[in-house]
Amino acid sequence: MFGWEFPPFSSGGLGTACQGLTKGLANQGAFVTFVLPKANFEINENGLHVVAADKFLRKHIEIKVINSLLVPYISSEAYNERILLAAKARETANSSNDLYGWNLFEEVHRYAEKAKWVATAELYDVIHAHDWMTYPAGIRAKQISGKPLVVHVHATEFDRTGDHPNDAVYRIEREGMHAADKVIAVSSYTKMKIVEHYGISPDKIEVVHNAVEFSSDCAFDSRECRPDMKTVLFLGRITLQKGPEYFLYAAKRVLEKEPNVRFIMAGSGDMEPWIIEKAAELGISNKVLFTGFLRGKDVDRAYRLADLYVMPSVSEPFGITPLEAMRNGTPVIISRQSGVSEVLTHCLKVDFWDIDQLSSQMLSVLKYSSLHSSLQANGHTEVQKFNWNEPARKCMGIYNQVIR
Amino acid sequence: MVSVCFYFQVHQPWRVRKYSVFDIARNHDYFDHKKNEEVCRKVASKCYLPANNLILELIKRYNSKFRVAYSITGTALEQFERYTPEVIESFKRLAETGCVEFLSETYYHSLSYLYSKDEFRRQINLHKKKMKELFGQTPKVFRNTELIYNNELAHYIEGMGYKGIICEGADHILGWRSPNFVYQPVTCNKIKLLMKNYKLSDDIAFRFSNRGWEEWPLTADKFAHWVSSVNGSGETVNLFMDYETLGEHQWEDTGIFEFLRHLPEKLLLHPDNNFLTPSEVIARYPVRDKMDIHNFISWADIERDLSAWLGNKMQNNAIQELYMLEREVMASGDHTLIADWRKLTTSDHFYYMCTKWFADGDVHKYFNPYESPYEGFIAFMNILNDLVVRLRSEMKYRPIVISEKPSALVGRH
Repeated sequence: MFGWEFPPFSSGGLGTACQGLTKGLANQGAFVTFVLPKANFEINENGLHVVAADKFLRKHIEIKVINSLLVPYISSEAYNERILLAAKARETANSSNDLYGWNLFEEVHRYAEKAKWVATAELYDVIHAHDWMTYPAGIRAKQISGKPLVVHVHATEFDRTGDHPNDAVYRIEREGMHAADKVIAVSSYTKMKIVEHYGISPDKIEVVHNAVEFSSDCAFDSRECRPDMKTVLFLGRITLQKGPEYFLYAAKRVLEKEPNVRFIMAGSGDMEPWIIEKAAELGISNKVLFTGFLRGKDVDRAYRLADLYVMPSVSEPFGITPLEAMRNGTPVIISRQSGVSEVLTHCLKVDFWDIDQLSSQMLSVLKYSSLHSSLQANGHTEVQKFNWNEPARKCMGIYNQVIR
Repeated sequence: MVSVCFYFQVHQPWRVRKYSVFDIARNHDYFDHKKNEEVCRKVASKCYLPANNLILELIKRYNSKFRVAYSITGTALEQFERYTPEVIESFKRLAETGCVEFLSETYYHSLSYLYSKDEFRRQINLHKKKMKELFGQTPKVFRNTELIYNNELAHYIEGMGYKGIICEGADHILGWRSPNFVYQPVTCNKIKLLMKNYKLSDDIAFRFSNRGWEEWPLTADKFAHWVSSVNGSGETVNLFMDYETLGEHQWEDTGIFEFLRHLPEKLLLHPDNNFLTPSEVIARYPVRDKMDIHNFISWADIERDLSAWLGNKMQNNAIQELYMLEREVMASGDHTLIADWRKLTTSDHFYYMCTKWFADGDVHKYFNPYESPYEGFIAFMNILNDLVVRLRSEMKYRPIVISEKPSALVGRH
């Protein structure tokens, strides 16, 4: 299995999903070799065997030259600095297509070249590649071993860029999907995009919805909305795809009705400076708090601190954070433009652009305690269904189809 | 002798629109006129008009031997008057035949019996007036919203002078007994009780078009045979169902109208069979046993209880808030405000907030104009907040306060 990130060294949902799926597969009796471009750790539990790709490389991959959006392995402070620089660079370049430098592509291909060492050294029946950066590696491994290739689409370039794809990324994605024996999409929403934009037959694409991992402390305290100060949370990369500005505009409308609410924006990203300025412009800076990038226990703490979690994504192939919030007993409002909205019922749904509806829903959850507690209790029950064994079982089924 | 007693429920709620927090104190129009008109026109053309025509045709063809009863809610009648007056005319023609009985219920198809006996009585009387006005009949037999029933309710209705009352023939109540006799509530000595034969009713209402059912396709012949076999072990077969079964729940192409068209002929082949209305059944047959129903029952879902309307926190919260306003609303003397409040008492609003999707989900989803029970709750509660604003309109406008339990409404004392 080729991945790009893996907890605890991850910047987003991809790493979490890879870890969950890998563990789920291990539970199903599969032996997984998870290949990362760089890992300064190595774990070996329950048949789960993470191999640092740089063991097979003479030289370490230079990650600091890779565009920040896709760098999982640097600290949040460094990341922030980088984002500010990137944003400035973007302003002068005046085009979002400059987001990805040539260095990134070189790294991706170097990774693919080195993948053949892994492909020769390891024993396996099927190759599974997660998202575009690993597709060239997957293709290379397939060429060398003749083993079937499954590519797993967690997001497309259209989701990341708001339908303004970088052509080089698009071509890599397309090539990977065409070279694959099967394509896994994380939602029907994503499957539709793949059919529409990448010319892949619907028959070749299987939908495997993501899940959420349950640790031992998945019980939640049935807490009520705090009477004095209520908290609404945004948690995710502060970037176009995640719709942070819609969260901010809705916050403004909520505060006009109800001043005793604070809004926490947890995460970092290229739009952070813009969002901070926008909050000031709207006159709500004192009500909008920025935490920077959170990881591990801090993420759960943020969910538990919040009376409401909102995911206003513009385009979300799946969206694992609402499941994490529900696991922590926090009611959620999610964008209809998300894969997760296909599978969740005990939540509120909204079109990301509908600020009126979003702010009205936010106020309702904060205002009506029976609504808050019903969403909390029913959501917590519903989320138990989403454990990784089910997606892993589906993946095993797909492997069995392609192994001939 | 076996008498077939048809009673059809005709109901349409005033569906409320997606009423947002920002509408409070700004927009006092709660109802989704477009949606209501759309549903009304659709159901009129698929069900009410063709079904009424068929029933009129059958009454004429069988020289008044075919007889049926209806219970039509006030909210449905108001919508017919507004959107499809031809439906009213068509029911009037049926009333003129003398073969159609109109039953009594709460005008607003409400759960008022559970929350306010005063309002319950008022709504029954409003409905009674409407029946007299439109169809020239004073109802003698009462059916409560969703066939919600218990001993105490029967006693109350007996006190209002009714001769008969209707309830579900639930298995857990009947035990070894048959629904095909006339009973009397243990708490009563005058009023008679008719119990729905849910197996035969549901064969038509739910299973008719189900190709996975071993009895599919259901023919008039077969059904008449089942009814006739009750001879000797029962006196009345009470077929109670939503009128929308004909043409709307069971579409025309399932053959439902043809089934009904041929049913009288097949049933009347047997000289011991006839059709009677509820009042006629009550007059004709004696009480065979007492019926003791202490806990509330209804005709909904598998549970046959109140959980479809009052099964979760949101439903209970919403309905309590609603009835807490009753006294003030009535005291206001504002007819529009009173009518708006009453339209909100309709049970459907609480049904939309039901969260037990898993067992009965399909039926609930089918009837739900909202995407989720949460959306239904939000619109309803926001509207209640606006009602409060209207009630206090003499006071200076106050901003909405996010209040704590037990009441989520504005400025309650």
